[in-house]
Amino acid sequence: MSTEPQTAKPAKAPPKAPGKEAVKDASMLKQKEMMAAHYDRLSASPETGEKVVCTFVPGNLNELIMCFDLCNNLPEVNAIQSGLRRQSGAYVMEAEKAGHSEDVCTYVKSDIGMIAKGNIGPNGKKLPDPDLLLLSYTGCFTFMKWFELLRERYSCETLMLHTPYVADGKITQNMVDYMVRQLKEEVIPALERLSGIKFDIDRLREYLKKSAKAEDDLVKVLQSAKNKPSPIDGYFGGIYYIGPIFGAFRGTEDAIDYYRFLLEEVEERVAKGLGPVTPEGDMGEEKYRLVVEGPPNYTSFRQFWKMFYDEGAVVVASSYSKVGGVYDFGFRHDPDRPLETLAEYCLGVYTNRSLPMRVDMLASYIEDYEADGLLINSIKSCNSFSAGQLLIMREVEKRTGKPAAFVETDLVDPRYFSAANVKNRLESYFQMIDQKRAGVRSAA
Amino acid sequence: MTMSTTRASGTKAIIERCQILFDDLTFAAAREWKAAKPGRKVIGYMPIYVPREIIHAADMLPLGVLGGGDQLEVIHGDAYYQSYICRIPRSTIELGVSGRLDFVDGMMFPSICDVIRNLSGMWKMMFPDVYVRYFDVPQNYADDIGGSYYIGELNELRHDLGELRGSPITDEELRHSIEVYNENRRLVGELYDFRAKTPWQAPASEVYLVLRAGMVLPVEEHSVLIADYLAAARAEQRPMRDNCRIVLTSVFCEQPPLNLIKSLELSGCYVVDDDLLLVTRWLTEDVPIDGDPIGNLADAFLHHSESTAAKYEPSQAEKGQYLVRAVKRTGAEGVIFAAPSFCDPALLDRPMLQNVLSAANIPYIAFKYAENSGQMQPIREQAGTFADSIKLWSAA
Repeated sequence: MSTEPQTAKPAKAPPKAPGKEAVKDASMLKQKEMMAAHYDRLSASPETGEKVVCTFVPGNLNELIMCFDLCNNLPEVNAIQSGLRRQSGAYVMEAEKAGHSEDVCTYVKSDIGMIAKGNIGPNGKKLPDPDLLLLSYTGCFTFMKWFELLRERYSCETLMLHTPYVADGKITQNMVDYMVRQLKEEVIPALERLSGIKFDIDRLREYLKKSAKAEDDLVKVLQSAKNKPSPIDGYFGGIYYIGPIFGAFRGTEDAIDYYRFLLEEVEERVAKGLGPVTPEGDMGEEKYRLVVEGPPNYTSFRQFWKMFYDEGAVVVASSYSKVGGVYDFGFRHDPDRPLETLAEYCLGVYTNRSLPMRVDMLASYIEDYEADGLLINSIKSCNSFSAGQLLIMREVEKRTGKPAAFVETDLVDPRYFSAANVKNRLESYFQMIDQKRAGVRSAA
Repeated sequence: MTMSTTRASGTKAIIERCQILFDDLTFAAAREWKAAKPGRKVIGYMPIYVPREIIHAADMLPLGVLGGGDQLEVIHGDAYYQSYICRIPRSTIELGVSGRLDFVDGMMFPSICDVIRNLSGMWKMMFPDVYVRYFDVPQNYADDIGGSYYIGELNELRHDLGELRGSPITDEELRHSIEVYNENRRLVGELYDFRAKTPWQAPASEVYLVLRAGMVLPVEEHSVLIADYLAAARAEQRPMRDNCRIVLTSVFCEQPPLNLIKSLELSGCYVVDDDLLLVTRWLTEDVPIDGDPIGNLADAFLHHSESTAAKYEPSQAEKGQYLVRAVKRTGAEGVIFAAPSFCDPALLDRPMLQNVLSAANIPYIAFKYAENSGQMQPIREQAGTFADSIKLWSAA
């Protein structure tokens, strides 16, 4: 999910809380160019004749979509962009005015509100109507209803690709077979019909090879946070790092170049003993190393991040940076098993994993990254992440002996970001970590 | 007096018995069933659908676990959930943590939404000695795609329950269970038809209680109970009121308080159809007895099952038409959307269903509830105004 805000034609928006222009490292600038080019490609599609497929980040089949020269559009990323540009609040209210409940996902409402207001993308140009809705139903119930809602509006073909939930901690052959059959018998024939291009499995293999290369480098970048100090922030910064691979670039040369470039940048920081780059430049002394569970708040993204780096807190690993694919436990797209690997990719994304698997993952991050504890950012309108997080918190605390804390915000609804409350809780949490450390020292 | 075996006659006596079962948060009837024979096992299930035939075929009691209603004080459950998550998982956790489900050998969590899905993982962590199954169902309805997958899932369930019992479930056992549940569904269908034709003879609150009894009683006993109620309701003459006829929808998971159902009736609405306790009529046709029983159950799920918000509708033209058909079939004059707060399936689906109803010129209203909602006056006023407007509009 790219958080690189696109800047053309900003609408009337309240001033950003931190005020100053964000400091960006070279990889961020490179990503910004990539994202801008993608949005321009999308908005030009009515003229170029390119066909557009809307799909979701978890279970995103970018390699397959590229086999048919189709262009992907990700409504979640559009909602994030609206959040970062502080337009989502108005969009959410527009959707609520049209009868959508205040209780449901704010990504959906931001998207629907944006469409109602002309569907202007982050580049200031109209986003195209989709030619196909590829409903990759992976790890989130809301996805199903979201695309039913979009189908009602666009009356375009909608393809369900159902990913079974990995409830027992293992991917079964029955699950993989089911997904491969859906791909072979329904998804691929529909993409052939739409594009007029015959499916070429060798072309898919080539893209998958490229995906695996970029995935290798992404993992190295994310795991660089095991260093002390960590050269990256694996949550706020991590959201930038996952942008290309979770979005429209997995399987491309651009992604390979980006992650190689990013890795070099990170390795240089490790060599120099530097911490992460924040919007206000290099972070000072690393005082706290955290693992974070849950998505961020996007409407006050910088303000939220600032609450961490001002206190010397760096996030060394996060679950959200695995929402579009979990690569750090060994999975890579495998060109030798092209359809099976796509199925296994979908099955393995973070929100498609059972709660015990999520606990295992978070506990292992705390150990492997030598973190001081777990922070959960619970999102009001995201049941997929949020339901069960209080038990996750207790279990991780129990297993690791490290303190955990809980804050509550929302994805893109600014009404649910209470800066004072979040800051208070974070400050208390950092004090708790200090006390715990002092206790350990005195015991020793 | 045992709770499960008393035969009652006359609607009053039958409903009193159902009310006792409904009020009993210790599940005494199911406990008695289990205690009656050594080795018996009980498998709990949550809304909206599990193939109870397979549980029954393993000589086990399927037990509907539908939250704690408005009488359960949730003490521990709230510590597991944020305020913005619906009520049913927290009261279900309360039932578990408080020991009320300590006789339950397995729990099934159907694929309905992310909250129930995640609850399956919580149950695994909290009750490691209990068999826990997240029951996934296909969202693809082609025989060779979703059908094959579903058959695999059903066979896995059959295998697991066979292991839990200590001997495999045979085809003959499955066929017998299918037959027993076919009979139960036929009776439920008859009850719903009877109510749609003469709603003053079978108030919605009574029909609900009769169905709800089927969540804790053995199916054979429940079928007798429905038949008894139907006979008693037909024999009694109750006054017909000048009520409008409505379809109640979105109540498929977290249960509305019984008082809410009563309030709708008191405010001038006859409920002539609803999506309460869908497990009792999820399969809309008899499942064939001959042939492969697992294949037959899969076929019924794919091609003869109810529509609801938790299910993907592949055809835009078909979206929401089940509601229009329900209105036409029952002669309803309007639809009431009563969704639990924070219910993703019901609330995300609602705007689409409302558009379908608008296109069909069917009036509707919407409100939210929680299983422990206590204040019914606003709902009564809203439903009463709706009933009045329908009558005025119809008269014009």
